[in-house]
Amino acid sequence: MEQVFFFYFAFVIAAASVLVVAVRNPIYSAVALLIMFFHVAGLYVTLHAEFLAAVQIIVYAGAILVLYLFVVMLLNLRQDDRYHRQWPMAAAVGLTLVIEAVILTAMKGWTTPVIAAGTETTVGGTGNTEAIGDVLYSTYLFPFEVASLILLVAMIGAIILAKKDLGEPTEL
Amino acid sequence: MTIPLSYYLVLSGIVFLTGVVGVLLRRNIIIILLSVELMLNATNINFVAFSQYFHDVAGQVFVFFALTVAAAEVAVGLAIIIALYRAKSTINIDEFQMLKW
Repeated sequence: MEQVFFFYFAFVIAAASVLVVAVRNPIYSAVALLIMFFHVAGLYVTLHAEFLAAVQIIVYAGAILVLYLFVVMLLNLRQDDRYHRQWPMAAAVGLTLVIEAVILTAMKGWTTPVIAAGTETTVGGTGNTEAIGDVLYSTYLFPFEVASLILLVAMIGAIILAKKDLGEPTEL
Repeated sequence: MTIPLSYYLVLSGIVFLTGVVGVLLRRNIIIILLSVELMLNATNINFVAFSQYFHDVAGQVFVFFALTVAAAEVAVGLAIIIALYRAKSTINIDEFQMLKW
C-alpha cells in the first residue's frame, strides 16, 4: 500500500516537473508546478511530515505560485518562446549528471549503510507539529530569527525594486 | 518503513536534474525561476526523506528555512523581472547582454 502511494506520487512529481520545463506557455508551466507542489505535499504526508505538508500547500501553492501567476498575467507574454541556443550545453550537463546518478546507484551496495540513530526528538512521537516547534524554538532559535530578518529584507527589497525605475532606459 | 531511502534520492535527483536542464534550456526568465523552485523542492524531498530515515526532526526544520529562502527569492526575483520588463519590455534573457563581455 505504501509503495503504491510512493510510486503514484513519484510518477506525478517527475512527470509534472518535466512538463514545467517542456511546456511553451508559462501559465501551463505554472499549473504543472502547482500539481507538483500538491503531490510533494502528499509525499510529505507519507513521510510523516504533516506540518510541512500543510506549509507546503499554504506557502508554495497559496502564496508563491499565485505571485508567479500574477506576474505572468501582468506581463502579458507572447507564446513563441523557443528553447535556448545553448541546448547542447544543457544536454551535456544533463547527461553528465545522469551518468553520475546511474553510477552512484549501481555502486549502492558497496558501502556500509549508516545506522539510523534517533538522537533528538523522534519524528511522530508526540505529534509532528509539536516536535518541530520544540526544536525550532530551542535549538534553532537563532536561525529562526535570522529567517525572519531575511523575509523583512526581501520584502523591503522587492518593494523598492518594483517601485523605482531602473534609472533611465539607455538602449531600447 | 517499507520504501528504501534510495528511491527518494532517485526521485529527488530526477527533479533536480529537470530543474538544471530547465535553467539552461529556457529563455523565459519566469520559467527559469520556476526551474529554481523545482530544484529547491528536490532538496526539500531529500531533507524530509533523511529526516524520516534518521528519526531526527532537524531535517524538517531545515526544510522550513529553505521555504523561507524560497519565498524571499521569489519576491525579489519577481520584482527584478518587473523592473527588467519596464526597462526593455521583454523578459527574454537573450535581450539582456549588458553584463556580458
